Amino acid sequence: MKFAELIDLYKKANQKFDDVILISQMLEDGSDPLQTRKNVEKLLKTMLEICEKSYGRSYETLTHLCGSNGFLLAKHEAQLMGEFNYVATVTALSLAESNASMGRIVACPTAGSCGVVPAIVYALRKMKKVEESVLIDSLIVAGAVGLSVASTVSISGAVAGCQAEIGTATAMASSLVVYSLSQDPEKVSHAAALSLKSLMGLVCDPVGGFVEVPCVKRNATAVNVAICVAEMVLAGIKSVIPFDEVVEAMAKVGRSMPEELRETGLGGVASTKTAQFLTENNKPASYSPLGE
Amino acid sequence: MNLLEVIGPVMVGPSSSHTLGAMRISKFVYSMAGVMPRAVQFFLHGSFAETHKGHGTDKALLAGIMGLKYDDEKIKESYSLARMRGLEFSFEKTDLGAVHPNTVRIKAQWAGYENEVEGCSIGGGMIKITKINGVDCDLDWHYDTLIIVNKDEPGALSKILNFVNANIANLYLRRMNLLQSKALTIIELDSPIDKISDLLKVDSVLECYFVPKDDFV
Repeated sequence: MKFAELIDLYKKANQKFDDVILISQMLEDGSDPLQTRKNVEKLLKTMLEICEKSYGRSYETLTHLCGSNGFLLAKHEAQLMGEFNYVATVTALSLAESNASMGRIVACPTAGSCGVVPAIVYALRKMKKVEESVLIDSLIVAGAVGLSVASTVSISGAVAGCQAEIGTATAMASSLVVYSLSQDPEKVSHAAALSLKSLMGLVCDPVGGFVEVPCVKRNATAVNVAICVAEMVLAGIKSVIPFDEVVEAMAKVGRSMPEELRETGLGGVASTKTAQFLTENNKPASYSPLGE
Repeated sequence: MNLLEVIGPVMVGPSSSHTLGAMRISKFVYSMAGVMPRAVQFFLHGSFAETHKGHGTDKALLAGIMGLKYDDEKIKESYSLARMRGLEFSFEKTDLGAVHPNTVRIKAQWAGYENEVEGCSIGGGMIKITKINGVDCDLDWHYDTLIIVNKDEPGALSKILNFVNANIANLYLRRMNLLQSKALTIIELDSPIDKISDLLKVDSVLECYFVPKDDFV
């Protein structure tokens, strides 16, 4: 269903937007709205628990191309960032590095982009003291944003590039912040649109094909895009192009992307001299993964 | 895809197609056996063959065949776990022809049986089981699934269906081998059936496996 149709339904139904989403999901596949909400609650609790456990830790990843970035940022005193962004960024790095070391993660929406949404959830809970019940509502709304992309394009880097993974994660994360602080579905759609527009065309170019470089740090920058977008939208800034049209544009961009730029490890930074060297020598002794 | 598949699932990294998807294919074989097989051979094709170490695909495959949960952090120690549990295993690179790049063929032995399952991981943790004992099929494991090796003879299917008291979503019946007069019947069901052991008493049924549907989210 188009996101604009969900907002129309909401305007007619006189119910909370997250309930409208659950009901429309029920009409589509017969799923019980109460059960879905319970499952989202479980996912939220798992996210918070994993964030707490991974925050600022260092990891031994499968190909050793990263692993200590979250740790480095956590022991560094922020000079430029505000506290909210800082906590979210450390969390995003830590989760993405935990993922690269076969740690337990919530693939929201995918494993490669698993740092973005949970990091925002964690920062909202920890720094803004947002109630868990509000976070559950907002996670449902973020899910609807992700589902819009998944059903029109894809959320797989192999199909539509990183814009479909990190781009979608960022749209979900900014929507989540906006809904939890404003409960306004129109604002949510502006946040989702602005996020996708910011990351449109982003290619999927993992070095050696592995979910480490540049994926881990992209999680960290994406979370800051999400926060910036959310702040703009809360101030009343709108996206000129509506969300549904942005998603369609993104689908076209995805279709026109050559295969080298879709998770094959053949294009983008994956095709650089250094990447080739690292791929051939999986764990070179002279190479220090610290700070890339 | 539904809302929960977008917000989740909880899994072990790093890749939903190379880790979770791979693990689901081997867990299909585990569920088919109902126990951990005594021995297993993995034949890796395409991207699975090229990048399996860096994605932990090999560890995920081993974890699946031992029936571990998808978010079990022991997945990364699955080599030592498999040795401890006495599982005989091997990995081999192979070319399976014009199939999906993320394809694995799994040959497993248990309790005197040997079965071969081929499947591919198509992204986001979704899988397709594409071959069982050499017979082409197309299962996404969204259903309770009955896999039966039966005699290739008239009336075999109707005898089997007498015992199926659940609604059938999809049904395949294909000849495996004319000389041995063996056929493979795969039935995807909307709910589990009551008496699977009764099916084994049917004279046309040679082997029967029930694979409960997989809630991976």
